[in-house]
Amino acid sequence: MSIKYYAKISGTGMYVPDKVLTNFDLEKIVDTTDEWIRTRTGMSERHIASKDQAVSDLAYEATLKAIEAARIRNKDIDMIIVATVSSDHAFPSTACILQQKLGIRGFPAFDISAGCTGWIYAANIAKQYIEAGIAKNILIIGVEVLTKIINWKDRGTCVLFGDGAGATIISRAGERDISRFIDSELSADGTHYDLLIQKAGGSRMPATKETLEENLHTIYMEGNKIFKNAIRSMYSACDIVLKRNNLDVHSIDWLITHQANMRIIQALGKKLKIDNKKVIVNIEKYANTSAATIPIALDEAVRNGKIRHGDLVLLASFGAGLTSGSLLFRM
Amino acid sequence: MDIKAKVTEIIVEELGVEASEVTLEASFIEDLGADSLDTVELIMKFEEEFNIDIADDEAENLTTVGKAIEYLEKQLN
Repeated sequence: MSIKYYAKISGTGMYVPDKVLTNFDLEKIVDTTDEWIRTRTGMSERHIASKDQAVSDLAYEATLKAIEAARIRNKDIDMIIVATVSSDHAFPSTACILQQKLGIRGFPAFDISAGCTGWIYAANIAKQYIEAGIAKNILIIGVEVLTKIINWKDRGTCVLFGDGAGATIISRAGERDISRFIDSELSADGTHYDLLIQKAGGSRMPATKETLEENLHTIYMEGNKIFKNAIRSMYSACDIVLKRNNLDVHSIDWLITHQANMRIIQALGKKLKIDNKKVIVNIEKYANTSAATIPIALDEAVRNGKIRHGDLVLLASFGAGLTSGSLLFRM
Repeated sequence: MDIKAKVTEIIVEELGVEASEVTLEASFIEDLGADSLDTVELIMKFEEEFNIDIADDEAENLTTVGKAIEYLEKQLN
């Protein structure tokens, strides 16, 4: 397909709930230590949604900031894609609930399920619609309230996750605009679908008294097995887009990877041979917010002046599925 | 290829230990200071250096230097 138009990021926004849970707070809940969490994951604290906050509430706050940054009006949005695994309800989609909150309607709005790679999947879909000339301003959001689907008795997983939202407006770029999406690669390896899973609550295992008692409505994860897959799949996604565009890793200004574990980020950086100073990390403040980590880190880096207009940025993620993907763009 | 020498070299580099500490009996976690993620990275390094695939359930048994060398020798010869 020939590209009619180019897509670009025209605005970013983020939101995290006020309540902060530190590693020291976690020491009082489960058998863990601040030292163990920091050395294994790089995390120090995470934000936790209040009892009455759901995913669409976080998404709404982040969206308002992204719309403001993009200097558009709510009614200029012509598609909404929400990437989440912790939506308000099993159905309808959070994207439709967000439409209602924003007071807009009459265009496609849907959620996608691609785990922590969700925002990159959403960005890739948005890219196709913009390039085909079908949409002009697409709102994509990575958002999670994972702390409501965590098994707080499993010390191997409950320390890892936090809540947050990152919203991004993807718009049609002007002809002379240097800001544009360059390339994106998506993949999935379903042979490992059961390594990271919320087992109950769907049609395979509907909610019963037993599923509740056995904590099957919470996140189950085999971290060590995912670790290896994460590094290799993100490396491959990055390598493919770099080679396809005849780019050397040194030409990349910034790398943002999914913030799941500091050790994965370091191992990937080493494998890609990228300068550490170019790797954006905020895992210590927010922990793993799944689909939200990349748009949150992107928004922070834009607002604190790290990522500037014209910078070449590479994003990479992996997640439940196991999905993986990358996105290369000029800011 | 001297598998033992190569394995020792990889362990020294990955875990930041002295070559003299890398004895056949040495356990990665108990003697060489590795944590569970270090052992995964070590297995990945073996896979890359020796160009083989080590399945997760086999990797779990490679807890000492000797067991790793024995496994690699068997796979490579």
